[in-house]
Parts: sequence; structure tokens; C-alpha cells
Amino acid sequence: MPLDLGAKGSCQIGGNISTNAGGLRLLRYGSLHGSVLGLEVVLPDGTILDQLSTLRKDNTGYDLKQLFIGAEGTLGIVTGVSILTPPAPQATNNVFLALPRFENVLPLYQTVKRQLGEIMSAFEYMDRTAYDLALSHGLGPALDANEVGNAQCFVLVETSGGNEDHDLEKLNMLLESLMTAEEPLIYTGTLSQSPAQFDSLWALRERLTECVQKEGKPYKYDVSVPLAKFQSVVDTIRERMVSKGLYGDHAVSKVLGYGHIGDGNLHLNVVAKRGYSHEIEAALEPFIYELVSSHKGSVSAEHGIGSMKTHALHYSKCATSIEWMRKIKGVFDPLNIMNPGKVLA
Amino acid sequence: MRPSAVRLLNILVPVKRAVDFAVKIRVNPQQTGIDLNVKHSMNPFDEIAVEEAVRLRERLKDAVKSIKVVTIGPPKAAETLRTALAMGADSAIHVEIPEDAPSPEPLAVAKTLRELIARQKEGVDLVIMGKQAIDDDAGQTGQMLAGIMDCAQATFASKVEVDVQGKVANVTREIDGGMEELKCRLPVVITTDLRLNEPRYASLPNIMKAKKKPIEKLTPADLGVDLTPRLETLQVAEPPKRVASVDELLARLKEAGITAKQA
Repeated sequence: MPLDLGAKGSCQIGGNISTNAGGLRLLRYGSLHGSVLGLEVVLPDGTILDQLSTLRKDNTGYDLKQLFIGAEGTLGIVTGVSILTPPAPQATNNVFLALPRFENVLPLYQTVKRQLGEIMSAFEYMDRTAYDLALSHGLGPALDANEVGNAQCFVLVETSGGNEDHDLEKLNMLLESLMTAEEPLIYTGTLSQSPAQFDSLWALRERLTECVQKEGKPYKYDVSVPLAKFQSVVDTIRERMVSKGLYGDHAVSKVLGYGHIGDGNLHLNVVAKRGYSHEIEAALEPFIYELVSSHKGSVSAEHGIGSMKTHALHYSKCATSIEWMRKIKGVFDPLNIMNPGKVLA
Repeated sequence: MRPSAVRLLNILVPVKRAVDFAVKIRVNPQQTGIDLNVKHSMNPFDEIAVEEAVRLRERLKDAVKSIKVVTIGPPKAAETLRTALAMGADSAIHVEIPEDAPSPEPLAVAKTLRELIARQKEGVDLVIMGKQAIDDDAGQTGQMLAGIMDCAQATFASKVEVDVQGKVANVTREIDGGMEELKCRLPVVITTDLRLNEPRYASLPNIMKAKKKPIEKLTPADLGVDLTPRLETLQVAEPPKRVASVDELLARLKEAGITAKQA
């Protein structure tokens, strides 16, 4: 299944389609808009639309299935999926890298992409706050503290390929070039030496959400912004909390960022140690949406709109787009019986 | 083995390349063993042993003169040695056996290690090894080695302290009744238990350095040992399938006379 995400233990494929789920490996396998070959959908009037084709190429008319992918059930119910599944990789590896400063992320990404080429299957990011948080909740062992020093952020790179020796050779060459560069982009890192280490390195990233939950009540923002802006978005939000007198154990104890930086997708977490409050929410919204909008970003990169973000649609889509979305909704579901109140207010 | 006269410690850490513990084990169709075409990695207890040796050096600093790792295995086992070198070992010895040779048995391993130790010019003060390998779960090699070398042993160690000047190791062991503290004269064979430490990740600088560290290659013949198995495996089979459904479980509980009580 060309999809891997935090909800993997409980989510269902139809739901993945209806929400156009993204996840950890979009970088490698692309979005569902590309990997879904066909759908069977039950339309709001009860008609069954059967487009369960397995054809790779079919340019016969409008590609209706794309409407349902990510429609969050507002246009119809997905009951059947034809999806392109690549062969499972024969060899997987990962490395966890500590970077001195955020500005190194983009050049690192370019170097890694160039040297690993087709075997790169994930490129994930977490800032220092997130790393320290993970360690404080027992997601160890840590990297050598002396070598990590004051590293500002961390990157997890995964490779998936058809030949272990070939992949390791590429990885070793990459790591050697990173460590011996005249101006190294990284302080240090680690390469998994066993499947157990592979899993525990992934856990550092995948279980961040759990750690955040344990810290307090999080305000979560799943946004798309240019890669180079990740750090400044997190810092701007933190500064805002400070300026509003809301930063500290009495209100917002942590502002951290992590996410699928390879796709430009940041998961911003604002942790309210003592619980949700109107004051914190007012300080965050619409400020964060305006900030994302100013970067021409998306206020919901992969998590969708639901009923919570219907008011925020206009920060990422112009009025014309929204007007035509309503028209399409009216065509498919004139009686508004499908998930009323979701996506479009 | 000669009593340790030196005031610096030489540590030997035997490691084994075993089927990784996360792998789903399948019995082969001939029922002679398990499918070995799966991911292998260093035996987790041996990882703990390497980690302990490295930590001893961090604590005792220059008092630890050398940390050598050794493995008896096919050519691929060299990867396991590289991992140990990347964790902080100084050098490695690979007693190479053919790809398709059967895994050596504990007594054969112990004899090989004894021969190896006898050939170490500077002697070996501490042998730290895993309490058991997760493929055969024999848990015998450490004890046998101490026996044939006629030296001290402290098995299932959960804490190790070495008094270099006094040439003594204080080891806390996990036993059924709780914890036992042993004071052992060096040289000593220590086998590691799970709670001894949490092994570190091999850091990139160390992985780079490890590539340049020496691996000495030997064959069993070089050491004058015969690794031919003395045991014959008759059959390997999966355990019988367990109770499949909740209904079946309820039925069996009822049969046994256990009934539900009103909440």
C-alpha cells in the first residue's frame, strides 16, 4: 500500500481515499491522486458510479474520481478502490541526522536527493524542541550528546530499494560526503544497524504526537509552507505567544514543529500545559492562518477541513474556487445529505 | 589462563550474528530448522555486552587498554563486527566459517575463545558476552568458557564495577530470588542481562572510524579447534496452534468448571 501514516493501526482505505491521506511516504509514492486508478462510489442519490478500472492510462472524458479523492465524503461514499501498489522494497534503511542550524535543511535535502536518487523514500523533520521532548518521554536512546551539541533540528531519511548492498553503498557514500565536507551540513547522526534500530529511529518521529499529548493540550496546525519558512513559522508563533504573555508553564509551555519537510508539510504544535483557553485560541487564530496565507501556503496540508476549518478555506483558496466547489457540491448533493457542515460551511 | 598481572584492562567481547528478534520465524519445509533467508543483526545481549565494555572505558578511562570483539561466523558476520567497532570497540577478530556451515555449538565456541585468549599476548582480563543468543537460547557459552579456563564467572549481570588496582570485578546478578552481588578476581567471564544497560546508536563519526579499524581473519584450523556439531537436530516444528476464538475459550473454561459470575 503506497501510504503510511500515523493512523495506520486504525484507519480504513475508503477513509484514506476520502481524505486524500498523505503521510510519511508521499515523497516516494506520490499522492493518492496519482496512485488511485479507479473508484466505486455511491452517489448521494443512490446511483452507483463504477469506475473501478485498473488501467494506467485512460483519457476518456473528465477524470471524475479526482473529485472524490479528498472530498471527505461530501460528494459520495467510496466503496471500492483500485490502487496501484508498487512492489514492497527488498531493503530498507534509515539515518537520523543532527543539523547545526535550520538553514542547512534545504541544502541537505538537495544533497540527499541527489546522492540517494530513487531510493529515498522519506525525509522527515523535527526541531530541537521536538527532539528534546521525545527524549524526555523515553523515546531513546539519544544520539551522543557531545556530538549533538546545540543542534537546532533533526532530519530522518529513509531509503527503500531493491538491493541491500546497492542501497548501503549509496548511503555510506552520502554519509561520508556529509561528514567530511569542508563545511559539514550536519553535526552527527546515526545509521540504523538492525531492524530494531530502524524501528526505534522511526519511533523518534512517529511517536512525537503521543509525547505532545502527554505534555498538555495541543493546538495542532497542519500547514504547507515553503520549506525554507518552516523554522520562521514556528519562531513567529512562539514570539507571538511571548508577546501576548502566554508563553510559559502557565499557558503555552511549548511551541514545536515537525513534519514531512520533503513535501513542505509542517505539523505545528502549540502545547497548552493547563488546557485549552479562549485566550490562547484568540492569539493563535486567525494569526496562524494569515501567516500561512502570506506564504501562499495551505492551512490544511493533509489533514483536511472537516467541520473545524470550513471558515479557514478562504486563506488558501480564492473566492472563485470556493464558489465553484459549492456549485459542484450542489450538482452531486442538492439536498446536502452527505456530511453536511463539512468542507463547505 | 594466567592471573592478571597487568594494571590495565584488556576486554574481549564475543558477539554473534543472529536472526533479528523482530523477524517472524518460519520453520523450513524439511522441518530441519528455520528459514534463515531473513534479516540478521547482532544478538541483542551481545549489543549490551559491547555497550558495557564501552561504558567501562568511559568510566575507567585509560585503565581500559583495549576492547576487542570477536565473532565466529560466515563472511557476512563481518558486518556485525563493524557495528561493534562503530559502537566503540578498538579492533575485531573474525573466525570465519563457510557460508553453509552449521552454527557452532556453545562448547565449540567456548573452546575457540579459549584458544584465542591463550594467543592474546597481553592477556584478557574481562570477557563480557551476552547471557544467551536469541536463536538457540542455549545460555551456556559463558559458563562453559569460564569452566574450561578455570576462572571466575558472573552471569546475568545487571551491574558491573571493576576495581582495576585490586584486580577485582564487583558484579550484581539477577537471580530468581532478587539480586546477588559477587566479588570476582580477574580474569572473569561476565554474561550480560537485559537491564545492564541500553546500547547506544553507532554515531556517524564512529561508523566512519570503524571502517579503518582492523579486522583480523582466522579460521578454526588456525586455532586448532574442531567446530563439528556434537548434537544432531532430529526435527524442528512449530508449537501447536492455540485457542482460536473467544467462543472456544469460553467453552474450554466451562469444561474446566470455571463459570461467569454476575457483575
